[in-house]
Amino acid sequence: MGALITILYYLLVAFFAVCFLCNFRRSKNWQTEVLYLIVLLPFLLRLFRLK
Amino acid sequence: MKNYGWLRKSIFLAAFLLVFIFSGLSFYRSRHLKEPLVAGDGLLEVKKLSHYFPGIKGSLNDANIYVLGKENSGAGGGAALVLGGSHAEEPAGRLAAWLLVENALVEAGRVFVIATANPSASTSTRPGGAYPPDYEIPTPWGRQKFRQGDRWSNPLDQWPDPEVYIHYPSRQQLAYMDIRNQNRTWPGRPDGTMTEKTCYAMTQLITKEKIDLVIDLHEAELQYPVISTIVAHQKGEDLAALASMMISSEEGFNIGVEYSPAALRGLSHREIGDHTQAIPLLLETPEPFLDATRGRTDRSLLLTGKDEFVMKAGRHGLLFEKLDESGWPIDVRVGRHLSSIIQILRVWTELHPDRPILMENVPSYAEVIARGTGYYLKNPDRAPAGKLFYE
Repeated sequence: MGALITILYYLLVAFFAVCFLCNFRRSKNWQTEVLYLIVLLPFLLRLFRLK
Repeated sequence: MKNYGWLRKSIFLAAFLLVFIFSGLSFYRSRHLKEPLVAGDGLLEVKKLSHYFPGIKGSLNDANIYVLGKENSGAGGGAALVLGGSHAEEPAGRLAAWLLVENALVEAGRVFVIATANPSASTSTRPGGAYPPDYEIPTPWGRQKFRQGDRWSNPLDQWPDPEVYIHYPSRQQLAYMDIRNQNRTWPGRPDGTMTEKTCYAMTQLITKEKIDLVIDLHEAELQYPVISTIVAHQKGEDLAALASMMISSEEGFNIGVEYSPAALRGLSHREIGDHTQAIPLLLETPEPFLDATRGRTDRSLLLTGKDEFVMKAGRHGLLFEKLDESGWPIDVRVGRHLSSIIQILRVWTELHPDRPILMENVPSYAEVIARGTGYYLKNPDRAPAGKLFYE
């Protein structure tokens, strides 16, 4: 059960990371673009099991 | 205009990748830093925790167990288990365990030492705590680097946390993050989380090896009332009280005794005593690095224990231990743990002559202060064959 929850958690992290990247691509405002990248960083660090 | 937007995005993305790669590399190196340990002549064998509970095999928490003794010294003798690094952010416990493995000679009985009782916790630092990733101890042959660690198991190894942590088997409700706290998950369970499995494996070790005495080495913030003390299960009240008197009269520092609260579950000094034959004792030394009112959280604070803000809290009567300009250096804290262990084993042997545990060549409080912790660390480059291990 614990392993299944962990897998779902990582899928969720991956989903939001992709969302942030898509939104970054679509954005036309430089401040929003910076914001998306700042928010993306911890998601990628977790997804790649670095932090 | 469109091209300008893509150029801007490319620059931002390049900057992002730089930050990601450099921070990622730093975190990776910190998590995978290997710490050499050169076992001394007292080493009998090294086992893995999975020897006692195969369910933990392959996990980061399949810790090394250093068995100190002599061939046949176990026959008729007692057995003690020393745990360092249950809370990895409390370095005096890990270093004291390190010095035991590298120096101690056990003449009667056996001493089991786990220098890093929660290896996962030693691979991360506290989010938002601004902890340094590691620290170095100066030695006569150079500097030895150790991982800083955290109080809780690394979220990379056990995640997510529940809304409320329900302790097994008491079903007491505890703070959610304490499901990763190795001193809240005793006695553990075989089908639990990684931290619970680790405690279960150690409980199996204690039972199967007929351990008489468990000494769990910790450090505490000065604003926490349980400090400079031995926390004892009711089975060990006499032992702790006698050891406290011996330490205070012979070793040059004072240490109190606190009794393990029966209603506070999951702690080593409660659950080991309730669920096994062993007497658990938990030792606390002062570590200003852990205080919430500390200033800059750097390696210097970790190793010197000097902090003007915690001192100011002391002037306002908010501390349960003294703190002056001399701080609480790591040598003082390691020395306190080692002398406490020496005296506890002496008292144990006096009270139980049928199950003696005689240990020699362990640096005392006065010796560690005089020469430094690093003096007793061995050079891994000159380790004899078969004596070099990594934590």
